[in-house]
This record gives sequence, C-alpha cells and structure tokens, in this order.
Amino acid sequence: MGDKYKTESLKCWDKAKEIRLNYYKNFAEAHEKGGLRWAGGAWSFDAIPAGLGDDVYPLTGEPYAASIAWNKDFALKCHEAVEKAGYARDLCSYMRNYWGSILLNKYAFGGDFPKPDFIWQDHICCSHAKWYQVARDLEGKDIPMYCIDVSIGPFEELTDNKLDYVVGQMHDGIEWLEAVTGRKYDDEKLIRAVYDHCRSESVWAEVCALNKTIPAPLDEKTMYSLYVHGTLNKSSKVVADFYEELLDEVKDRVKRGIAAVANERCRVMSDTQPPWAFLNVFRYLEKYGCVSVGSLYTFGLIGMWDIKEDGSWGPRKTPQEEGIEIKDRDQALRILASWELNKPEWQHFYAPQLKSEMMIRIAKEWKLNGVLLHYNRGCEGLSLGIAENRLALKEAGFPVMIFEGNMGDEREFDETQTMTRIDAFMESLGLEK
Amino acid sequence: MMEKFKEWYEKRHEYAKEWKSKTGGKVVGYFCTYVPEEILYAAGVLPVRILGSHEPQDVTEPHIFGMYCPFCRDCLAQGLKGKYDYLDGIMIAQSCLHIRQTFTSWKLHIPIDFSYYLPMPNNVQSKRALPYLTGELKAFKEALEKWTGKAISDEDMKTGIEIMNQSRKLTRELYELRKQPNPPLTGLEAMYAVVASQIVDKKDYNETLHGVLEKLPQRPAEKDSKVRLMILGSEDDDTEFLQMVESLGAIFVVDDHCTGSRYFWNEVTPNQNPLEAIAARYVERVPCPSKDWPERTRIEHIKKLAQDWEVQGAIVIQQKFCDPHELDIPATIESLKQIGIPAQFLEFDVTVPVGQFKTRVEAFLEMLKEEDLY
Repeated sequence: MGDKYKTESLKCWDKAKEIRLNYYKNFAEAHEKGGLRWAGGAWSFDAIPAGLGDDVYPLTGEPYAASIAWNKDFALKCHEAVEKAGYARDLCSYMRNYWGSILLNKYAFGGDFPKPDFIWQDHICCSHAKWYQVARDLEGKDIPMYCIDVSIGPFEELTDNKLDYVVGQMHDGIEWLEAVTGRKYDDEKLIRAVYDHCRSESVWAEVCALNKTIPAPLDEKTMYSLYVHGTLNKSSKVVADFYEELLDEVKDRVKRGIAAVANERCRVMSDTQPPWAFLNVFRYLEKYGCVSVGSLYTFGLIGMWDIKEDGSWGPRKTPQEEGIEIKDRDQALRILASWELNKPEWQHFYAPQLKSEMMIRIAKEWKLNGVLLHYNRGCEGLSLGIAENRLALKEAGFPVMIFEGNMGDEREFDETQTMTRIDAFMESLGLEK
Repeated sequence: MMEKFKEWYEKRHEYAKEWKSKTGGKVVGYFCTYVPEEILYAAGVLPVRILGSHEPQDVTEPHIFGMYCPFCRDCLAQGLKGKYDYLDGIMIAQSCLHIRQTFTSWKLHIPIDFSYYLPMPNNVQSKRALPYLTGELKAFKEALEKWTGKAISDEDMKTGIEIMNQSRKLTRELYELRKQPNPPLTGLEAMYAVVASQIVDKKDYNETLHGVLEKLPQRPAEKDSKVRLMILGSEDDDTEFLQMVESLGAIFVVDDHCTGSRYFWNEVTPNQNPLEAIAARYVERVPCPSKDWPERTRIEHIKKLAQDWEVQGAIVIQQKFCDPHELDIPATIESLKQIGIPAQFLEFDVTVPVGQFKTRVEAFLEMLKEEDLY
C-alpha cells in the first residue's frame, strides 16, 4: 500500500527522553545534593511542595509504575513479591508495581529503591491514599504522609463549601510541610509553580487539539511518551517550556502536512491507560492505515480544556492569559484547586455520562471512525463507568471495540486475542491490511 | 423470639410496600451506611438500604465491568429486575467507587423521582471534614425539603436523631449480651437484627428489639460452650455462611461489618446545631477502610472488640475485588496475630462455595480447639 502522507520523527524526541530520565535521576540523587524527595500520585498538587525550594524532587507513583510495567520481567517479580506479602492480585497494578519495587528494594532506573522523605498525595479513587499507607507499612512508618481529599463531586456542581474543603486541606498541608521538613515556605515559588502548572496543562491541550487535523501529526503511542511529563512534574518550568517547544514543532508538522502514520485512512481513539507492555497494539493498527489520535485519557489527564466561541474544544486559558495576577498564597491555592477540579479525566468519577459526552465530542471533532475501549483491570478509577461509556458511544453511532487487559500486569492481557479482535474490528470498518 | 428480624430481612420488599400504603410516605433506597438517615427520618421519609439477593444474574454486564465487586453488581441487578420498583428516590453517600457505579447506572436506567449524591468527605481525619460535611448536609436537607414540599424543623431533626440513636443504643445492648460465656443469641440472629434495622422503619425495629431485649436474658443458654469467633471485612449479609459456621460448634460473638457493628456503633451527640451534630457522628464513626487514612484507626477498634468480646479466632472476609478492604486486610490480620488471635481469610462472591468453605472453617476451628488443649 503506498503512503499517502509524508512522515518524520519528532525533533524534540531526544529532549523528551532526557527530561524524563533526569527526573528519575534527580529523585534518586536528591540527598547527595542536599535536597529532599517526596512521593505521591500524578494527581498530586505538585506546585505546593515546590514552595519548599528548588531542590525538592518528586516521584509520582503512576508513571513510575508504568515504567516498571513496560519491563515485563521486573513487573512480574514485583507482582510476585506483593502477592507473597499478602496483597490481593486484583488491586491496582500500578500500586502493586510500586510496592514490589519497595519490597525488592530495586529502583527501575538503577540502584536501591530511594525512600522518600515525605509522602504528598491526593485521594482520587479508593486506592490513592491507601496506596501510600501501605507503602509506609513496607518502607517504615516514620515516613510522614499527607493526603488531600479532592472527591467533592463534578466541577459543574462546585460550590464555595466544596472548594473551601479542598483549599483548607492545602493550607493545612503547607503548615504540615514546614513542620516535617523544617523549611520555611516560599509563597513566591508556589505562585510561580501554579503559573507553570496551568501553562503545562493548557499547552498540552493545544498540542492535542492539533490532532484534529487530517492527517494527524501525532499518534497515541508517541503521545504517551509526551503526556507523561505532565504526570511527572506538571508545575515545573522545565515541563511547561518543553510543551511550548513541542507545540511549535507540532504546529510546524501541521503546516507541512507531516503525518504520524503515513497511510492514515482511519482514525480511532482509545480509552484508559494502555497495557504498557503491549504498545505494539498501536503499531498493529497502523498496518490497516489506522491511527489512534489520542483519547480522553491522553487529552484530559493532563490537558485542561474549555469550550471555545465556535463551540469546539480547545485549550483552557491560563490565569496569565486571563490577566490574573496571583498575589498571595490563598489566591494561588484557590486557582490551583479550581483548575485541577475541572480536569476532564476526573468528571466521570461522579457520572459516566459526563465522560460519554466528552468522548462523543472527541469522536466528532477529531473525526473518528471508531473507538477502542480498554477494559482495564488494572485501574478501578479510570475503568469506572466504562461499560456505560460503551453504550453511549454506540448510541451516538460510533463503532466500539472492547478489549480486556491490564495496564501494569501482563498476566491479564491476551495479546493474540486482542489482535484477532482488532482484525475483526478493522474488517467491520471496511479496512484491509 | 428473634424471628421477626429474619422475616423482615426476607420480606423486605413486602414490608416497604406495605409501609408505603399504610403511611402514604416516600421511600428512599440508599447505597452506603454513610447516608445520614437522621435527616430522612426528620423528613418523614423511610430509608431502606439496597442489598443484593445472592442469586446469580446476567443483567449488569452491559453496565458495570466485571472487575467491580459482586455486591455492587448484585444491587444493580435488583434494580434492573424491578425488585425495588416501589422506591421514590435513591441516594448515596460517597464511599467506594464500586457501589458508586450502582448508583450512577441506577440513575441512568431506572426511572426515579429523586436521586442525591452526598459527597461525604473521605479525609475524615482532617479538621476540614466537619465544617465541609455540615455544609453538605445543609444542602441535602434543602434538596429533601424541595422534593417532599415540606420544611424540616429543628424539632423534626431532633426526632430523626432520637429515632436513630434509640436504634443504636438498643442494638448495642443486644451486642452486650453477646459478651456472655454462652451468648443467648447467635451471630446469625444478630446479623438478621442489624440488617433488618437497615430496611424497616426504625420505630418498628426499636419497638420489636425492645421486647426482644426484655425476653432474651431468660432464653435458656446452650449447655456446651462454643468457639467464640469474630467476623469482619466487606459488606456481608451472607446468612448462609454464618449459619454454616455456627453449625460447626462455633458462635460469632461480634463483628466489624457495615451490615453489623460499624453501622450503629456511634451515636449522634446532640448540640445546638443538629446538622453539625449529625456531621460529627459520621466523621467520627468507625470508618470504612476507604476513609481510614492516613492513620489506620479501625484496626485499634477491631482489636478492642476482639478483646472485649473474648474472641478466640477471626474470620476475615472480603467481597471479591473490594479494594478498600483488600488494602487493609494484611495489616488487620497481622494486628490480630500480634494479640494472639488467629485469622482465617475467605473471599466472598455473590454466592459462596459453602462446601469448600466448610472444609476450611472446620480446619480453622480444629486449630483453635487444639490451641485450647495446650
């Protein structure tokens, strides 16, 4: 089959890899530089510990565990260690990878597992706070832990009472950070981090919006290596600046008609985290000229969106773009909380139809031919309501293929069966290899 | 003597329908014991906990992915099959994600006049939880007033609190009797009583329990002493399992279930602000594991129950896929072990493999009896 479009590698690819590896190295070596380490989730308000200084390094559990999942042998050893310690096999597989890394005392990026100085977490699903409660059991109870509960309902129902609850916990958290680290908190650093947080998430959404173009300048497998920076340290200047650089390059690709998949003739989206050890699924789709242009997961876990004047989805304006000058701690925390609570990949925790509406919007605006739903046994949070999403997408007229798997535990993914399903789905869409 | 509770449990739908026709009142089905029933009673609405049937079903697959707990799917199946067609409303107080899907799918597919999602805080150990929940209870009360078309006065609130507290007080008395060397009631009977209290009008329940408490002390005690067990873990109204275990020379003397002690353990301490008083009760109650962080406070409570009720062994059960309990079970079993209480872990599904479990429980009881010999 001849190629319809020109394609080329991303110029910023090496930089993306370098930022990620530096992140894991900085965490491991923080103490050598007199710095501090904290561990928590990708959802954590990482702009807040940034107020402790520029030498405070995070390790966010989900992307770390996804890195482990990519290494099937290491992931299996982690799971076995965790099961031996008495934990259920059906628990979140990211959590089990992370605990396994502690139990085996092996850091996925070399050396012993670097224990954090404190835990700074958010509670979004049944497991998030408990994840680090167990991590403390395994690492030593002396690791201080703070966790913010954000489960206040969907953004459209946000009230002052709800916002006060989240912001109140943030204020208490800053006092707690000062007490456990002995450091004086710097509000200026917090404010700068909040600006960068919003900039990262808005710019990433703008990058994703460019994928509405035919041919799509990015494919989802590539996007996984790019969105990850937002899950590592969204409030850092390094990440926000990198996303600006990426945006310029993707704009240039659109201008020059550069495709991610040279023979693009079919466009789909996926859902939830992929089975990380089997990203070849996406390359297999390309044999049919099918490109996965993203998902609510890749667009909305880090990207922040808004409805534009023409009714379409585009990047949410940052406080800077809105002309808002953040003057003090309380204002910074309020902006940060209300910004994050608007996260698209969060609303479905309260109502599956909110997610279905966003998915149908993506299917229309990104001009999709079908949807691949990953029924992900590894994540109860993002698989929440997925069966209802399937019904809604079908009702809206979009063909849907489902496949069961697990983002972090390859024992629950049947590669052959998945590829066979893809064959049948592609055939139903009228495509041949 | 305690047959009434069993009858209510088994004929829950008939009871609720009869209650409706008798009173003309509204019935709200609720999904989690964090629902502040005080406010529903204050509004004259009957709260009934939605439970499963323990029967295999094939209607929830299109709505809830099979990796979520069997209890949440069983409950939704009851709604989809029309078993709760008499409900006027449904509500949930935020707890685990599993049961939340039952609520959201119910709302989507089963026509209902009123539905309410109460965002009960998860960070109950934060000082911010109490003012937050007080505000949310105020919003709930207003929504209820709008729906029923009737204002809820402070006097109504006082009545709602009294009904609930009376029920809690009486059920605690029932549990106190289980401390006796040969308790006058079985674990199965206690379970029927607590679950009945979740599905019938508390006024009926209180009256019946009051009568039972007067008669129970005169009930002839069993001559042979039995192995004293505790049962704890996820939602559990699996009466068949309790019956089987208690047929093997054992007796459940206490539990930590949301269908048991966790439901009624704490009372509301009335103050000038009834909503704040109710909020304090739910923030401070024995927590579901989903809310028990960063510190594990529930384990200390479990240890105290085990010691006060002189438990010899514990059966730790978990609904398959129940993440919050799965996350606490290793620490719970270890803590019990440290105070000399062995535990037997079992994973429950919609139906339990009674034969297989019987073999495991027999072995566990044999081990406990051997320990008594030395």
